Amino acid sequence: MDGGHSHSPSLLGLRQVSLSFRGIKALHDISLDVAAGEICAIIGPNGAGKSSLLNVINGVYHPQSGEVTFDGERRQQMQPHHAALRGIARTFQNIALFRKMTVLENVLTGRNLQRRAGFVAQALQLPSARAEERRERARAGEVLEFLHLNSLRDAVVGQLPYGLQKRVELGRALAAEPKLLLLDEPMAGMTFGEKEEMASFIRHANQRLGITIVLIEHDMGMVMSLADHVVVLDYGRKIGDGAPAEIRNSAEVIDAYLGVSLAS
Amino acid sequence: MSLADVDGLTTTDLPGNEVSAPRTHASVAAASAAAAQRWSPPALIVPLAGLLLAFAVVPAIGNDYWFSAILIPFLVLSLAGLGLNILTGYAGQLSLASSAFMAVGAFASYNFLLRVPHLPLLVAFALGGATAAVVGIVFGLPSLRIKGFYLIVSTLAAQFFVEWALTKFAWFSNNNASGVISAPPLLVLGHDFSDPRGRYWLTLTVVLVIVLGARNLVRCELGRSWMAVRDMDTAAAVIGIPILKTKLLAFATSSFICGVAGALWAFGYLGTVEPHGFDLGRSFQVLFIIIIGGLGSVVGSFLGAAFIVLLPILMDNIAHRFFAGVIDPGHLENLQKVIFGALIIFFLIREPEGLARLISGLRGRVGRWRAAR
Amino acid sequence: MQFFLEVLVGGLLAGVMYSMVAIGFVLIYKASGVFNFAQGSMVLFAALTFVSIVERGVGFWPAVGITLAVMLALALLIERVVLRPLVNRPPIALFMATLGLSFVLEGLAQTLWGSQVHGLELGIADTPFEVGGVMLSQLDLFAAATAGTLVVVLGLLFHRTRLGLALRGVADDPLAALSVGIDLRRVWAVVWAVAGVVALVAGLLWGARVGVQFSLSLIVLKALPVLIIGGFSSIAGTIVGGLLIGASEKLAEVYIGPRVGGGIENWFPYVLALLFLLVRPTGLFGEPRVERV
Repeated sequence: MDGGHSHSPSLLGLRQVSLSFRGIKALHDISLDVAAGEICAIIGPNGAGKSSLLNVINGVYHPQSGEVTFDGERRQQMQPHHAALRGIARTFQNIALFRKMTVLENVLTGRNLQRRAGFVAQALQLPSARAEERRERARAGEVLEFLHLNSLRDAVVGQLPYGLQKRVELGRALAAEPKLLLLDEPMAGMTFGEKEEMASFIRHANQRLGITIVLIEHDMGMVMSLADHVVVLDYGRKIGDGAPAEIRNSAEVIDAYLGVSLAS
Repeated sequence: MSLADVDGLTTTDLPGNEVSAPRTHASVAAASAAAAQRWSPPALIVPLAGLLLAFAVVPAIGNDYWFSAILIPFLVLSLAGLGLNILTGYAGQLSLASSAFMAVGAFASYNFLLRVPHLPLLVAFALGGATAAVVGIVFGLPSLRIKGFYLIVSTLAAQFFVEWALTKFAWFSNNNASGVISAPPLLVLGHDFSDPRGRYWLTLTVVLVIVLGARNLVRCELGRSWMAVRDMDTAAAVIGIPILKTKLLAFATSSFICGVAGALWAFGYLGTVEPHGFDLGRSFQVLFIIIIGGLGSVVGSFLGAAFIVLLPILMDNIAHRFFAGVIDPGHLENLQKVIFGALIIFFLIREPEGLARLISGLRGRVGRWRAAR
Repeated sequence: MQFFLEVLVGGLLAGVMYSMVAIGFVLIYKASGVFNFAQGSMVLFAALTFVSIVERGVGFWPAVGITLAVMLALALLIERVVLRPLVNRPPIALFMATLGLSFVLEGLAQTLWGSQVHGLELGIADTPFEVGGVMLSQLDLFAAATAGTLVVVLGLLFHRTRLGLALRGVADDPLAALSVGIDLRRVWAVVWAVAGVVALVAGLLWGARVGVQFSLSLIVLKALPVLIIGGFSSIAGTIVGGLLIGASEKLAEVYIGPRVGGGIENWFPYVLALLFLLVRPTGLFGEPRVERV
């Protein structure tokens, strides 16, 4: 599992992206490339700008300078809605699920871009709308099956434990059949067993479905075993970019942040 | 390749962390129980019996008073409540302008009937609703910039502006000196529905058709998109839901429904069309209907309307029977206010999802009690 | 020119009156994040109580004292019965609770003391006097002075006292305030009590101006545009907002009104606030919310 700079073409590229919030610079001149089909992990101390980076990639934050190239299209800014249309899906650090809806309904909302039935068709429940609804429910069901959530399909999301909510959020993102999946700390707060599970879901989504994945993660063990490519941020700057083995041995990175935890 | 092909993930891959592990069992069970309570699809028998009751039995045994003073306002207010519920309960956009849209619907229907020769009554209602929808979209445009609670200002502006415009510009009331217009006779396909029983049938049919359409919408993709925007619009945008379009559709649908309700209120209930019957107080009344009945529930709109219509009558009767002479009518109105206010507070504290949840909760409890015996 | 000045000044002074009611909102919002829709009803309740007591022969100052006590008791009751059970709910729920509360207060006030209009005498002659050719109402000037004093006193309260610090802490983050030992319930009771006092002052002034009647509680609606322009959490902002709304409302009515048949002041402030929101969604003085995802 090598090579952040693999030979696949770059699906996502950032060129000198800088982002500020009212005087506080969150990202300084970030440039990086994510190859199609790889798993790229973004690591760094808290406050390093990792979530901001994800937010720039899918258009929630607009950088003051620099540009983002996704799937051949170069843009300085993008609305989240367009990012979704282009095939970028994501999960959030604090779980952005629709708490009053069920698991199935949440995953179904992820399918909304595949929908064609219009207002009238839905109001009158025309055959085309009904067929589409059945199809989409089946698709959503596949996602639930994949993530072992089928027994919970009618559970109200807001009442589920944290770990399961994270899984539902992953399901919603997968339901959109994205090209690029952005995961913000998908394993935060989970037990060892839950993390293993989540890691295998991520690995399978990447290997079997070919989804390129960019994820933020703190658990070094997970990062080393999952990622093909690691990018290290510190105070909004990139201080490391390469294969996991390289990063592990980089003095600068260890200085900034890793310390003893990688002694093994 | 789709997810269905990825069946290689057997349980032996995973370190035994099944979903039904004891640690998570309780909360998962709670979540599933909650889901089961939310969703008890009635068998076909119940709605059919209900239709029979509404269309055949009630008109046979009802008297004029019941139709004119209870059933028709109940139906119309339920419809208005449904309209507001779509905007506020499902899409999460707080609105105090429901009666302004009702007014637009009433006046527009009247003007269409007046100025377009041979226009069928139901088409006039639909056009009135469509006009209200357009006005709704205009006052809903700010909802993209203005979030949550601040949106009240846009709806208040709508409410006051519409009230003012309909009063000031005599053209709307056909230059009638008093500004109050009488509704024309209700002719549908040649039959006159102007008597109380006829008005009841007309109102019932229109309400039913709209309720069915609305129910389909809220259960479908659009309803989910509305709820997604309500619960977390940033997340909704991120998964690709077009926020502006979704919000405007909510405004349009809601205003259309309120517009038709307004037309029915004027034509089917009051028999007159005048702006002051559609004031801020009426908007509050509709808001109370959905708070008490249940936000985000079609059935709730009906429960709330029944409550709002029946409570004053109940209080009147109690006052006459037990406190005749002691409490004068003015006091009664104020007491009603106190009781409504207290009930709103009570519902918000005890049962925020209103009567709809209360009833489905009761049903759940009865079911468990039955199962336990 | 003189006419314009008169209209302007009249509008400004009216605006100050709106600010008075808005201040009550800001207090409660600052301390608890609740938009108290019942503020207008509290104004009505205070005014009605005062007027009814005075009509029964009690003197001015004793009546003020009694009404004050009543308002304080009311505030405590509200905190206990309505607010405490709803502590963890979303703001919308709290707003709707205050909506219900406003109905209870209105109905109660009118059940207890009747629905007729009462006159209210503050002992200030309503004779206008001239300043530089412009006619000013003594009452309005007195109101402006009172409002100014109120703002200063409240400002001192918030920024110079320990209680004020506690209030600001609670407004910022109730959970954090709890963990440093601030008694949330006591703070809220104090805030609502102060709001009650403000309601009393506003009630007296408004009552003297237009008589004490039901429509007093509708003034709360006019306070909303004031809050939007001034921001929901700034006391100084309400003064600015009030002045803007009062002046623009009167000017619009006088200069634009006749062309469209009058009655513009019913909706003009809301449309103004709406346009304002489109440009600055958080008001002139409010703090912009940073949405963290």
